[in-house]
Parts: sequence; structure tokens; C-alpha cells
Amino acid sequence: MDYKDYYKTLGVERTATKDEIKRAYRKLARKYHPDVSKEKDAEAKFKDLGEAYEVLKDPEKRIAYDQLGSNWNSQQGFRPPPDWGTGFEFSGAPPGAGGQDDFSDFFESLFGQTRRPGGGNRGFHMQGEDHHAKIRVDIEDSFHGVSRSIALQMPEVTADGHVTSRTRTLKVSIPKGVRQGQQIRLSGQGAKGKGSGKAGDLYLEIEFNPHRFYRLEGADVYLELPVAPWEAALGASVKVPTPLGAIDLKIPANSKAGKKLRLKGRGLPAKLPGDLYVVLQIVLPPADDDKSREIYKRMQQEMAFDPRASMEVA
Amino acid sequence: MSSERNNEKGLVGEVLDESHLVSLADLCRSCTVETQTVTTLVAEGILDPTGGDVEHWLFTIGSLRRVKTVIHLQRDLGVNLAGAALALDLLDRIAELERSFL
Repeated sequence: MDYKDYYKTLGVERTATKDEIKRAYRKLARKYHPDVSKEKDAEAKFKDLGEAYEVLKDPEKRIAYDQLGSNWNSQQGFRPPPDWGTGFEFSGAPPGAGGQDDFSDFFESLFGQTRRPGGGNRGFHMQGEDHHAKIRVDIEDSFHGVSRSIALQMPEVTADGHVTSRTRTLKVSIPKGVRQGQQIRLSGQGAKGKGSGKAGDLYLEIEFNPHRFYRLEGADVYLELPVAPWEAALGASVKVPTPLGAIDLKIPANSKAGKKLRLKGRGLPAKLPGDLYVVLQIVLPPADDDKSREIYKRMQQEMAFDPRASMEVA
Repeated sequence: MSSERNNEKGLVGEVLDESHLVSLADLCRSCTVETQTVTTLVAEGILDPTGGDVEHWLFTIGSLRRVKTVIHLQRDLGVNLAGAALALDLLDRIAELERSFL
């Protein structure tokens, strides 16, 4: 078991005051809160913060923790001293009461005895809580349907009242045509019921991974397509990627930048499928050698073109 | 009653979109909250039920996550209801912006 440096977790000195600890915790909790944070490992970090704060905010636990000393390192492993905990009576709410559950083995070995024995709900029947999670899929997944394995942290109350978390892996079929914000309900996959109550449901909210070149708007797919000035000016037939494979697209002559070409029914599949919009993006060839500069100069001399004509500043 | 079957492709669930509505009782059960909590959230403008009076309230499926997020924010960050509401709205806006720019 590893020693946990709760002061380091909260980024405070060992001499920090109660207020400093609270301030540090609140600040980091906002940063890593799983409902808010985009940080990687937010959930694990938030859990660590909760555990550190649980100990350091409580004067008794903090004194006891401080007595362990600070010269533990992770290589040497940690074992609570034999006389650990004598002379302390850890009052305060047991962990888990505030919804912050599953703390580390390190915490358990030190403060585990404060847990309330379970069984308070004996003879009580209630349907289990529903669980909510997000599931990230790629745009292509909605075109083909896909099966995804997801790992979920499920809090669980053991027979003796401890709250632990268990990682559950579920294989879920993502049907064709799913859209942003839709939810997949898996009945009976939520929390276990109490007594003879049935299990809750699991809701998975669909969220799309950002794509290199497609963007979704409801059921419509948008694609920014780079084209050369002469393709836009003279018209052309170009190869265009679509989620169902490349197609040949005809670009009409005299197309302006930003022109939208609609490919009906090539958006997300459904009874009423979305459309694919190809938005033209005119890319200028670089003028980085004499030959290309020469061509630009000829255009300058031979074409009567004022891009700012409508601004009346000439 | 289980709506899914287990096949080689994994669990098959029911796809619900914003047109799927749940009653006040369903919402309370799903999020394990009291009716009182939900009426407070409605009064704060965090939830926007249709259906008229309390007994006939209907909530969109997205409400489930909103309720849970508000509860988590209050519990974990010590924000009050108005603060949680503000955070929710900002989170929605961030998500929307990210979808349109990424």
C-alpha cells in the first residue's frame, strides 16, 4: 500500500490553516469536478481531492495523519504503525455520507473503522437508482452502428456497510442513426435495488468525438471542402470523402467561397435521414516561386477585379 | 421487464431522444430525489416541464442529467442553487460551442 501525501494532493504546506486547506480544496474541486472538468483523469483526481480533504478538514483526523510523519515514500510501501489510532476517536460524518465514497486502501487502513455498519435499510424495498454516463462515439459509428465496451465505476455497498467501487465492463450496441444528445436506456443495468426492489436503469448519453473534417448539426453532416481557385471558377468534378465512402462531386462554375452544396439524404441515417453539406473553402496556391508569382502578376494585369468594390473605398 | 437482449453485439437498449418525456414521479425515482427538490429546480428555472400543473408535469430526458449535475455541484462544490444553475447553463453553452467549432 502506498502512503498518500494529502498535503501534496491539495497543493498546500503542512502548516496550512484550515481556511487555506478549504480554499485549495474548493479551487481544485471546481477544476476537476467530473460534471464540469475536461481534464484527463478528472474523476480519479477529484476522488483523491475528496479523500485528502476528508482527512485534512477534520482536526482529529488531521492530527492523527500528521503523526504518521511525512518521510514516507512510495517505494517503501506503507503500513500503519501498530499503535495507530489509539487515543483518537474519529467522530464526524463517516465517509460515504456525503456521497464521497470509495476512498483508497491507505485511507481505509487509517480511518476505515469510522464506517457505519450497514443494514439500516433492512426490510425496506426500493427500486435501485438509475445511473447516467456519457458514451463517446465517432460520426462513422452512427452510419454503421457499432458495439462498444464501456467501463463504468459502480459504487456498491457491501454487506458490512462499506462503500466500494467496482469497475463494470459492459458491451453495448450503438444502433445506426444515433444523434448527439440521445440516450440509450439499458433497463436493469443501474444500481441494485434494495430488498426485493428491482435494479435501476443505466442511461448512456451519446456524445460524438470531434472529427477531423466532419461536423454535425442535428442529423446533418457538414464538410469543409478545400478547392483550388480555378476549380471554383471554372467548375470541376472532385473526389470528396463522405462517411459512407468517397464520391465524385460536381462543383458548379463561378462558385463563391462558402457556397454550400447539399447532398440530400447523405447525413445521419434515419427514416428521414439528414443531409450532407459540402461547404466550399477556396485555398490560394502559394506564390513562392517565380513561376507562380508570374501567373498572379498576369492575373493582376489582365483581370479587372476589385474584391472590395462593394465597400466603396476605391 | 427488461427491454434489451444480449447478443454478440452487446446489450441493446432503447434509444430515447428529446421527444421522450418522463413524469415527475419517474424523474424523482430515477434521480432519487424528493418532489420538493424538483419543484425547487423548476422554480429556479433549471427545469422546464411541459404539461401544465404539477401532477401533469412532463420532463425531457435531458432533465435527468441536469438534476444529477445540480445535486453533485451543490454537494461537492458547495455552490447554491443559483450558482449550480449558472454552471449548468455555461456548461451547455461550452458544449454547444465545442460542437460547432471542433
